[in-house]
Amino acid sequence: MDKESSSLNQYSSANAFKNADTGNNIVYDTQDLNLWYGQTHALKNIILPIYEQEVTAIIGPSGCGKSTYLKTLNRMVELVPGVRTSGTIKYRNKDILDKSFKVEELRTKVGMVFQKPNPFPKSIYDNIAYGPRIHGIRNKKVLDQIVEKSLRGAYIWDEVKDRLKENAYSLSGGQQQRICIARCLAIEPDVILMDEPTSALDPKSTLKVEELIEKLKKDYSIIIVTHNMQQAARISDKTAFFLNGEVIEYADTNFLFSTPKDKRTEDYITGRFG
Amino acid sequence: MKYIDVEQVNKNMSPRIFKNNLAKSIFFVAAIFGLLVLITLIYRVFSDSIGWIDINFLMSKLSTDAERAGIFGAIMGTVWLMVVVAPVTIFLGVGTAIYLEEYAKKGRVRNIIQTNISNLAGVPSVVFGILGLTVFVRAMGLGNIILAGGLTMALLILPIVVVASQEAIRAVPQFLREASYGMGATKWQTIKNIVLPAAIPGISTGVILSLSRAIGETAPLVVIGIPALIIPIPDSVFDKFTIMPMQIYYWTIDSALVDEYANLAAATIVILLIILFLMNSIAIIIRNKFQKRF
Repeated sequence: MDKESSSLNQYSSANAFKNADTGNNIVYDTQDLNLWYGQTHALKNIILPIYEQEVTAIIGPSGCGKSTYLKTLNRMVELVPGVRTSGTIKYRNKDILDKSFKVEELRTKVGMVFQKPNPFPKSIYDNIAYGPRIHGIRNKKVLDQIVEKSLRGAYIWDEVKDRLKENAYSLSGGQQQRICIARCLAIEPDVILMDEPTSALDPKSTLKVEELIEKLKKDYSIIIVTHNMQQAARISDKTAFFLNGEVIEYADTNFLFSTPKDKRTEDYITGRFG
Repeated sequence: MKYIDVEQVNKNMSPRIFKNNLAKSIFFVAAIFGLLVLITLIYRVFSDSIGWIDINFLMSKLSTDAERAGIFGAIMGTVWLMVVVAPVTIFLGVGTAIYLEEYAKKGRVRNIIQTNISNLAGVPSVVFGILGLTVFVRAMGLGNIILAGGLTMALLILPIVVVASQEAIRAVPQFLREASYGMGATKWQTIKNIVLPAAIPGISTGVILSLSRAIGETAPLVVIGIPALIIPIPDSVFDKFTIMPMQIYYWTIDSALVDEYANLAAATIVILLIILFLMNSIAIIIRNKFQKRF
C-alpha cells in the first residue's frame, strides 16, 4: 500500500509496522472513511490498517469518534438513524460498506463486547448457545460442546459449570461481562470488537477481563476502545489515538506511549486534557 | 427595626388555620364522594342480587319466566365473542406495534399511522358499532352473528392493545437488541428470541385489560342489533348471540314490566363484576411478577 499517501506522517514510520513486518496480515483495512450523523461530521478521512492476532487499542477523549469507528467495523453504527458513510473498510479484502455485503455474515465473523455487560435475561447456557442457535445449530450435543468450549475459552467455566441453568443476571457484573465474552466466542469469530469492556467493572473484575484479553489474542484479532490509557498500555500491541474524529497518531503501543510524535498525543497521554 | 408585626401575625393566625382545615375538608369530601357513590351502587346491586345467584342461574337458558331464567347463553355468548376478539386483536395489535417500533423508519408514514391510532383510541364506542354495522353486518353480509360482533369489538380495543404493546416493546432495553444483532442475528430472529419474550408480560397485561373492556362494552353491539331475547345457546361463531351487558340492559329496561327482572339484572352485574375483577387481578399479578428484570 502507498504509505506516503497517508496524511499522517507517524503512520508511515517504520516503527509502526514492526509487527506487520513479522508477517501478520491485515484484517481490517480502512481507507478514507468519513461518517456523518446527520450534519455532524463524526469521522474524518480515517486511514487505519489493523493486523490480525494483535490487540489494537483505540484511545481518545469522549466524543472523539472512537466508539463510532468501532461500531462501523461491524456496521452496528447503522442502528443510529441518519448515518451516512463514505470510503471503504476492507475486512479480509471485502468492502463491508458495500451495500451488497450481508451484515449478518459480517457479524458472524466479528463478535462484539459492549461497554455495559448485556447478557440476555436467559440462563447462562441459553446465553452462550444463542449465537450458534441463530446460525442453525440445533443438535443438543454440539451445543453442549460449544457452551463448554466457549466458557472455558473465557476462563469462567469453573465458576459457572454447576449453575448453567441459572439466569445470567444472578452473576456479578464482572462475571456477566466474561459471559458476554464467552457468548461472543461461541460464534467462533475472527475478530472481537470491545467497546470499553471494563468501564462498568470494579478493579478486580477489570484485571480478570484484561488477563482474558491477553490470552484471547493468540487466537483472535482484538480491537478495544478504552478510556483508560494504562489499560491500553498494558494490553495492546498497537494504539490509535483519536481526536475530533481524526486519527492523530497510530503506532506500536510502546512506541506511542514512550515517544509520541504529535504534541496532542503527548498532551493526552500525559493527562493534560481528556 | 422589625418588619414583622407580632400582633398582626397573631391576629391572622386563626383565620389562616381555619382556611387550612377548610381546604383539607373540601378535598376530603371530593375524594370520598366517588367512593360513596361506588359503595352505594355496589351495595344496591349486591342486595338486589341476594338469593338470585345460584348454579341454576349460571347454567340455565334465558327465559321470560324470571324464576327459571339463567344467563348461560349470555356467558357462552361472551366466551364465543372472546374467541373472535382475542386472536384478532392480538395478531393485529401486536403486529402493528412490532411494525411501528421495530421496522418503521421514523418519518411521515410512521407519524400518520401513530396519530391515527391515538385518534382511534378516542373514538366513541358507538361509532365503532356503526362501522361494524356498515362493514361486517351489511357490506360483508355476515348479519348480526358472533363473528361480526367480535370483529367490531376487536377494532374497538385495537388501539389500546397497540399502544400497550408499543410501550412494552419500547421498554425492552436497546442493549439486548444490540447484543443479538452483534452476533449476526437478523431483525426477525432478534424480535422473536429477544424482544417479544421480554415484552410479553407488558403485552399480556395490555391485552387482558382491553379484553375486559370488550367484555363490559355494550354500545357497539346495540348498534349491530343484538336480539333482545335469544334462547338457543350459541355453539359457533356463526350463531346469533347475546352477552352479559346486553342482558343487563334488556332486563333493566323490562323491569318496568316484571319487577324480578331488576334482580336478574343485579345478579348478572355481580357475575360480570366478578369476571372483570378476576381479569384485572390477573393483569396486575403478571405486571408485578415480571417488573424490573434487567
